[in-house]
Amino acid sequence: MAHGPTFEPKNSVLKWTEERLPIFGLIHGSLGPGYPAPRNLNYWWNFGSLAGLCLVIQIITGIILAMHYTPHIDMAFDSVERITRDVNYGWLMRYMHTNGASMFFIAVYIHIFRGMYYGSYKAPREMLWMLGLVIMLLMMATAFMGYVLPWGQMSFWGATVITNFFSAFNDLYAGSGNGDGLGDMVVSLLLGGFSVDNPTLNRFYSLHYLLPFVITGVVILHIWALHIPGSNNPLGIDMKGKQDKIPFHPYYTAKDGFGVFVFLAIFAMVIFYAPDSMGHPDNYIPADPMVTPAHIVPEWYFLPFYTILKSFTIDFIITAKFWGVIAMFASIILLFFLPWLDSSKVRSAQFRPVFRFFFWVLLVDLVVLTWIGAKSADEIIFMDIQAVTIGQVATFWYFFHFFFLLPVLSRVEKTLPLPESIASAVIKDKA
Amino acid sequence: MLKAKTILVALTAVTTVAFGVGAAGDSIEMKKKEWQFDGPFGTFDRPAAQRGFQIFREVCSSCHSLKYFKFRNLSGLGYEDDMIKAFAAEYEVVDADPDEYGDEKIRKGEPKDAIPAPFANENAARASNGGAFPPDLSLITKARADGPNYLFSLMTGYVEAPVGTDVPEGMHYNKYFIGHNIAMASPLSDGIVTYEDGTPETLDQYAYDITNFLHYVAEPKLEERHALGLPVMMFLFFMIGVTYLVNRKIWKPVKEGKTLWHHGDD
Repeated sequence: MAHGPTFEPKNSVLKWTEERLPIFGLIHGSLGPGYPAPRNLNYWWNFGSLAGLCLVIQIITGIILAMHYTPHIDMAFDSVERITRDVNYGWLMRYMHTNGASMFFIAVYIHIFRGMYYGSYKAPREMLWMLGLVIMLLMMATAFMGYVLPWGQMSFWGATVITNFFSAFNDLYAGSGNGDGLGDMVVSLLLGGFSVDNPTLNRFYSLHYLLPFVITGVVILHIWALHIPGSNNPLGIDMKGKQDKIPFHPYYTAKDGFGVFVFLAIFAMVIFYAPDSMGHPDNYIPADPMVTPAHIVPEWYFLPFYTILKSFTIDFIITAKFWGVIAMFASIILLFFLPWLDSSKVRSAQFRPVFRFFFWVLLVDLVVLTWIGAKSADEIIFMDIQAVTIGQVATFWYFFHFFFLLPVLSRVEKTLPLPESIASAVIKDKA
Repeated sequence: MLKAKTILVALTAVTTVAFGVGAAGDSIEMKKKEWQFDGPFGTFDRPAAQRGFQIFREVCSSCHSLKYFKFRNLSGLGYEDDMIKAFAAEYEVVDADPDEYGDEKIRKGEPKDAIPAPFANENAARASNGGAFPPDLSLITKARADGPNYLFSLMTGYVEAPVGTDVPEGMHYNKYFIGHNIAMASPLSDGIVTYEDGTPETLDQYAYDITNFLHYVAEPKLEERHALGLPVMMFLFFMIGVTYLVNRKIWKPVKEGKTLWHHGDD
């Protein structure tokens, strides 16, 4: 569908290369003048390229950190301190990498919400959407394992608490009760033993180094899948004629370039002026299996899912813990079915007022889930209401939104009339 | 451009929220001091940090280690090389390598060494401190929420226990310690360290000085970080301006509604 002009190099070296390996043509057609993009993409469309930038920053800083890091429980913490104190610009590499993870999640979460608001997950972009979710899952695994590497108190206890939830799989097969249940097997496979220890650190380090390259591979598939239907746009209607399209380069390369520097400026402010603001102070205490921190919390980007995990408090057929694990995975897996849960043919929320309202409610719901995730379950939020109760309501709403509201809404909602074409909608605006 | 502003505001908000969640801390309200190292141009108060180093040597180091802090790091507080050598030489350290007979080699401290730890190991430390383990202080201002204010508050937080509070044997009441019962007795009090520069020898001054020193120990690259931050930020803001103008110029024909795609049948 989205085919532009073929790349015809004039330079003889380029021509020789291109005839044997059409790599310049590939770039020309995917990020260059050969890729027709809708003329009306707004700034929310910048976050795809920003997420890509974050991946590159994480890989480069990560490789440099790996040159100085020692994956051993007796030396990991020391080696990280050595990086920040004695390695030239080691402090910069480390702060870029730790805060880069947060910036990556910010970019990706905004990118995902943009897709949800403008219906970018709908036909014919389902594969694009699902590949994006695979990237998000891989990012989560990578970030979780990366957080363990400095071997601070929160590294150790975060890993202990999260992996311990997998023991809930004992509900499926308990074995003899002597540590040979399904859950026990899963946990010991993850940890390389019965508890978080040196084998855990070593396998997490190995996988933390591997997964970013797997992510890179899926990103390539993601961009490939993007170029079959082409980009969605704020109106959510297909491009029809020449006047709807503009070449990606120079228009969106310029716009992305501007976005990159705004994003980098925010990133740099965090790195240079508040590098520890999102980290937990306990992670500056070396891991100690004998001392449990008062309050164990995962990184902010896991908090909504952590709240869902903790919201199940009653054993019903299976244990509450197992319900929590199922719900946590379901909360992400259900997004793979979003293109079918929401069957409305109209993509953009601009033309779906009720959908739009509930989109913002869902966003508030996720903020609540994040906020509650950082609290202990019995903390009183207001009056007599405990954090866990608010978390349960927010968890209910999350699933209610996807499993009930969306399917019903997409059948009954009266959508607003769609414009003739992109050009007629946006160019008329100007006149 | 309105849309772009909205997004910028949203992005800033999301970043603030995201980075704020981790900071959600404990409920005890700390004393708030003004620190010279705070803010984007913050630097260490060298005289205060030097006095703090004196306090550390004379008071803290009898129980606490400082394993990540080497004598050579004192150069960042304005000490000359010969002074650093002299400080190091006051201590005896066990060399990493044995002597030619395979025995432990004791030598004078050198700039590359850390200040020797007061106890050989954790058990020895506990045995001498009523079962409590005095932690290493290398990262103490980063390992506590609002670390510098926490440390200052803790040092000045030894007060009479409120009536009806039961302070266990060997423990001490501190207003700012979690649970209030701390094994460490108040380490600082008026006049306990003699300053040579005429600085008031008060508890508040000591607490301020030791915090300055220990924050330098925890974050020795703070000044380098702030110094690099300024040109980087200036460059990035400059590039925001340039790319904004370039982008606006490039997009002019699109905004005017011109048709800019000239390929294919449609």
